[in-house]
Amino acid sequence: MANSIANSVPTKEGRYGKFGGQFVPETLMTALLELETAYDEAMNDQTFTEELEYYLQQYVGRETPLYFAENLTKELGGAKVYLKREDLNHTGAHKINNAIGQALLAKRMGKKKVVAETGAGQHGVATATACALLNLECVVFMGAEDIKRQQLNVFRMELLGTKVESVETGSKTLKDAVNAALRYWVTNVDDTHYILGSALGPHPFPKIVRDFQRVIGVETREQILAKEGCLPDAVVACIGGGSNAIGMFHPFVDDETVALYGVEAAGSGIETGKHAAAIAGGQLGVLHGAYMYLLQDENGFVQEAHSISAGLDYPGKGPEHCYLHDIGRVKFDSITDSEALEGLQLLCRTEGILPALESSHAIAYTAKLAKTMATDDIIVVCLSGRGDKDVHTVRKALGGDMS
Amino acid sequence: MITLQQAIEETKIAGNKAFVPYIMAGDGGLETLKPTILKLQQMGVTAIEVGIPFTDPVADGPTIEQAGERALAEGVTLRKVLEALASFKEEIRVPLVVMTYFNPVLAFGLEAFAKACVAGGVKGLIVPDVPLEESEILRDTLNPHGIDIIQLVSLTSPPARIERIAAASQGFVYAVTVNGITGARTSFANDLNDHFARLREASNIPVLAGFGISTPEQVVSMGALSDGVIVGSAIVTALHEDNLEKIEALVFASTSFSGCPNIR
Repeated sequence: MANSIANSVPTKEGRYGKFGGQFVPETLMTALLELETAYDEAMNDQTFTEELEYYLQQYVGRETPLYFAENLTKELGGAKVYLKREDLNHTGAHKINNAIGQALLAKRMGKKKVVAETGAGQHGVATATACALLNLECVVFMGAEDIKRQQLNVFRMELLGTKVESVETGSKTLKDAVNAALRYWVTNVDDTHYILGSALGPHPFPKIVRDFQRVIGVETREQILAKEGCLPDAVVACIGGGSNAIGMFHPFVDDETVALYGVEAAGSGIETGKHAAAIAGGQLGVLHGAYMYLLQDENGFVQEAHSISAGLDYPGKGPEHCYLHDIGRVKFDSITDSEALEGLQLLCRTEGILPALESSHAIAYTAKLAKTMATDDIIVVCLSGRGDKDVHTVRKALGGDMS
Repeated sequence: MITLQQAIEETKIAGNKAFVPYIMAGDGGLETLKPTILKLQQMGVTAIEVGIPFTDPVADGPTIEQAGERALAEGVTLRKVLEALASFKEEIRVPLVVMTYFNPVLAFGLEAFAKACVAGGVKGLIVPDVPLEESEILRDTLNPHGIDIIQLVSLTSPPARIERIAAASQGFVYAVTVNGITGARTSFANDLNDHFARLREASNIPVLAGFGISTPEQVVSMGALSDGVIVGSAIVTALHEDNLEKIEALVFASTSFSGCPNIR
């Protein structure tokens, strides 16, 4: 495509416009350069892509349905709403798409061990699952605060044979888990691959994660064309680091008629400072290897993100999203904790689907958006994960008895 | 004031090895910065690496990370450290090298940072999360102010890359002696001899060894391979425990090559 935005990034230096790059210690540079070469070779090797395809179909359960949410559509009284059911994947979220892809890549590179970070535990569980399947040794770093909040996912990872390491430094959440995973990788780089879980980090990670998650958007595009005979008017996805969103958006980026909406977590409200909306309330900076929008103070110290959903609780936004924001291709908006809780209940009540708190941000935004659109307009929402993991949090937030 | 490279080469002429201690600025309060620097230069160190605390120090081990957390709790920032250095610049006789992660520099603004470095008498800069590929902007901004950009070489860097880094680095080449993060080690890889031989061959400037060096014996063994050593975690711990004898023993080890102390 001559004027393709989608294919223009990243550059060979790993830049998305001014964003991205490779801001890592020298010890990791050779590993990143090797990873890039190995990844390019793998994606051009039919044996590899067929193996990936096989596991996505037979093990993950793809393709996932594009479900017409008729009851929700009626309730909102506006555009037709379709849900891309990533919650129906094995392990309950889109994270497995990338985890399987990268675990196969690790194996192909001859690595015996895998390290990963996790916030809520979804990426940790997906990675632990892929490593159990492919017989790779796995260690997952998780902030001590998140371990407290997500005991069941910790146990799940342990059942899968993964070693979960508690991170006691800094804010003891996802960003500190990434720090710890990077340190572990620096120390064990000879035999270990780092499976980064979001469209973040140093090049080539944002590209690898995007490409492994693109299956979401590729399927959606075919499915909506088959069902409606046209492309959607709007596509909505929640954004923490941005893996489900970039996977969903990327195949639509060059379709000018399709509006793309990225929904950040506004936590208690952008104005309170307690949020995770780096695009709405952050400045340009470097963390974990990439130049991106970042929550930080005037001294360049990284600030903690706040969101009811642990999966959106990260102080930066992936470099490709920053770029798509800067060129005006994706519109970013935000949804508060309480709006997300309403979105979650709305989908439970109307469709009998319990969405993850992360995905509930996209649902809540869609509820607002649909009402502003015509009844023959179409919105597709990425329902990135199921909400079983969040029942405890939701019950507490809604004032239920926690004993 | 002499340059970083001159200071290291003077120790070489004296038949000794350079000794560069790393301190975490503001560990114990920013008011300790001046007495610490003056004490170290009195002990005969070659240069001083002044570490800036950061919220997410991915290249550092627990000792330096905890020192950084203590400094952050004292409200220490890059700006305050440079201002403090400027306040006693006339008394500083050894070259200072600032070690900071990139984001505080970006938040400061590159040009304003360069000027504050000059005001603070800073001669060199190490940014551990800016590898060769991303380093041009630092040289472009800071070189016109007379500040060297020091690049790190690791054990994982292949020969062709080592040559490119050695050619780009200024003041000295920082040779990381372990795969991993900062902090004390009990042993090092066996093939360090070849690595350092290759590195010194490729470099027109001095090569200093750092990461994991924490005892006088290691100062001697790593010094033998290189033009000098950088000692971080052991110095940070000794300063935190107010154990000056330990620092003196480390500095003394670097002068054991000629038997004469380094005078400055």
